[in-house]
Amino acid sequence: MLTTKHTLVAMVTDKPGVLNRAASLFRRRGFNIDSITVGHSELPHISRMTIVVIGNSAMVEQVRKQLEKLVDVIKVADVTGAKTIIRELALIKVNAPSTTRSEIMQIVDIFRAKIVDVSSDSLIIEATGDEDKLSSFYNMLRGFGIKELARTGCVAMIRGGAKSAAIDKESLKDIQ
Amino acid sequence: MKKTGSQILCESLINEGVDTMFGILGGVIIPFYDTLPQYPQLKHILVAHEQGGAHAAEGYARATGKVGVCIATSGPGATNLVTGIADAYMDSVPLVAITGQVARSLIGKDAFQEIDITGITLPITKHNYLVTDTASLAGIVKEAFFLARTGRPGPVLIDIPKDVLTGLAEFNYPEQVSLPGYKPKVQGHPAQINKAAKLINDSKKPLIIAGRGAIISESYNELKQLAETAQIPVITTLLGISSFPESHILSYGWLGMHGMAYANLAVEECDVMIAIGMRFDDRVTGKISGFAPNAKIIHIDVDPAEIGKNVRVDIPIVGDIKPILQNLNKAIEQQDHIDWISRMDYLRKEHPSINIRDADCIIPQYVIRQIYESTQGNAIVVTGVGQHQMWAAQHFWFDKPNSLITSGGLGTMGYGLPAAMGAKVACPDENVWCIDGDGSFQMNIQELGTIARENIGVKIAILNNGFLGMVRQWQELFYQRRYVATPLSCPDFVKVADAYNIPGITIKNKIDVIPSIKTAMETEGPFLLNFIVEPEENVYPMVPAGASLSEVLEEPIKKVRCK
Repeated sequence: MLTTKHTLVAMVTDKPGVLNRAASLFRRRGFNIDSITVGHSELPHISRMTIVVIGNSAMVEQVRKQLEKLVDVIKVADVTGAKTIIRELALIKVNAPSTTRSEIMQIVDIFRAKIVDVSSDSLIIEATGDEDKLSSFYNMLRGFGIKELARTGCVAMIRGGAKSAAIDKESLKDIQ
Repeated sequence: MKKTGSQILCESLINEGVDTMFGILGGVIIPFYDTLPQYPQLKHILVAHEQGGAHAAEGYARATGKVGVCIATSGPGATNLVTGIADAYMDSVPLVAITGQVARSLIGKDAFQEIDITGITLPITKHNYLVTDTASLAGIVKEAFFLARTGRPGPVLIDIPKDVLTGLAEFNYPEQVSLPGYKPKVQGHPAQINKAAKLINDSKKPLIIAGRGAIISESYNELKQLAETAQIPVITTLLGISSFPESHILSYGWLGMHGMAYANLAVEECDVMIAIGMRFDDRVTGKISGFAPNAKIIHIDVDPAEIGKNVRVDIPIVGDIKPILQNLNKAIEQQDHIDWISRMDYLRKEHPSINIRDADCIIPQYVIRQIYESTQGNAIVVTGVGQHQMWAAQHFWFDKPNSLITSGGLGTMGYGLPAAMGAKVACPDENVWCIDGDGSFQMNIQELGTIARENIGVKIAILNNGFLGMVRQWQELFYQRRYVATPLSCPDFVKVADAYNIPGITIKNKIDVIPSIKTAMETEGPFLLNFIVEPEENVYPMVPAGASLSEVLEEPIKKVRCK
């Protein structure tokens, strides 16, 4: 079966250990995780996880079901097929002596990235985009000498009015 | 009025219908034990080792369907529970394990007997809790029991720091739980049920495989009605044994590595498989690519994650088995399947699988059959793990619902004695037989002390062959008889029992087998039978690991080596 990247969005209760439970599950069942992020959602006491997993559709379906079995996980949706905005943020510290600085700044412009820190011989660049864009940006900068790279992992949202992983608000009324 | 955490715990347990707990105390859980005399309705059975306590709670849970409860202190007490918790997880046994933890101010400091038991049990519990304040304790106990018993049952651990037990809080037992992430699906989808019914009605060679889910959901009548209406042969998994009466005309034994050859061959031939509450374990399927090659598979299970996990499924039905079967039965047409049934009977005739040959010495299968005859099948059989377990499953005829308690998924040696103890405590009026091997028995032999002190009337039959027999069998068949580390030197089990004031007999001659079983049955309280059996007897049929079910090895003609 075809192995591809899938993006899962999980709504989880904001309890200690919930990330550990998810990560432990992936490790123990041998699921190949490309990135995992977690942060606040629009709902109080509910966090949103975005998981990028590499595998065939049967395996990804197992990941989704096993995740949903966790008591702290309220809802998991595979948003891969949907029209989705996927974004990731990267901070890149690149060598930038005066000889190459302007060339770097042009590339930054083309990729609509931002320079957020300047020193005599380096720049920190903030870039957002999907994974492909960030990878090509990184490749463009590589020749200048990259000192540090930090990427956040992906977050995803379905376009239009539909919820990415709709959950029944009624079921949340007692959560605090 | 405020209550202590210990009082809140006791009253919460009572609210959950707990009457019996198995445990051992230690430093940090003394406050809970100190409160127990205030609540005489909570019976605590002191076990000799926490693993025994966990298995006893499992035996209690499996015999009754209620949630079993085991207690341990922090550190080594908690880690000793781990095997029992893992066993309960693999076999879907409702269990609540309560552990003491060091005081909150000491957590993370590597304090004396501090261990991260919620971390350790993360992958082997349905859910677990570290209680961080006394006020949340009652709600957590409520959730833990709800999680343990609903949906696919399983173990839940509650870790309670000492100062949470001694702290004070108002006690209001919650009426309901709020678990938005936990929705055990109850109703099967009607469209799926109709599709399944159509497939069954159109089938020529349907086959039911019933697993432990059929027992957990108590779907005995529904299963029988399905089989009888459409004349569908029934085979079970090891853990599904006793979901369907084995002397029923439509019963064709159980499948898998040591299942009946005719059951395994039927899987090869069937055109529709109705898998009920089972999870296609590798010991059941053999080589997965060769499993049920001609069948469309209907899989009924309460756990959606089991669908498609190991085998392709054509029609999944997720939900509680009992109402699903009730609805399915409404749509099932009467059939006779004469050709298929006679084919099944032919397979059984050609591949008898469980004949017991004549021998002058005691062969283990004979002992099992005699226990069956003497009890007339009216017993709960609890086993350890190994050859004796397979022989017990093969040669005892389980007609009584839920009458075999055995460690399937984890295959935990040492399970038999404590689990039998728990089952007997749960069902004091039942005949509970612990059928064990000499290796397995020694792994929790210390619970003889518990059995003696509490006078728990378990009848223990040890099939003593002087080997770790199942491993020896693999060494014989696949490692050119190199018996590395499998010969055992056992103590005189009757003398050991005698040291605990438990009566026992060693049986060396075939003629003494039946009278000794009668003696055990007629003696009040526990009794130990030490059967010295043929040492190199093998379990057949056998599907070698990694082979297809159709490659089953049947019993070769073997010269009996009598001593």
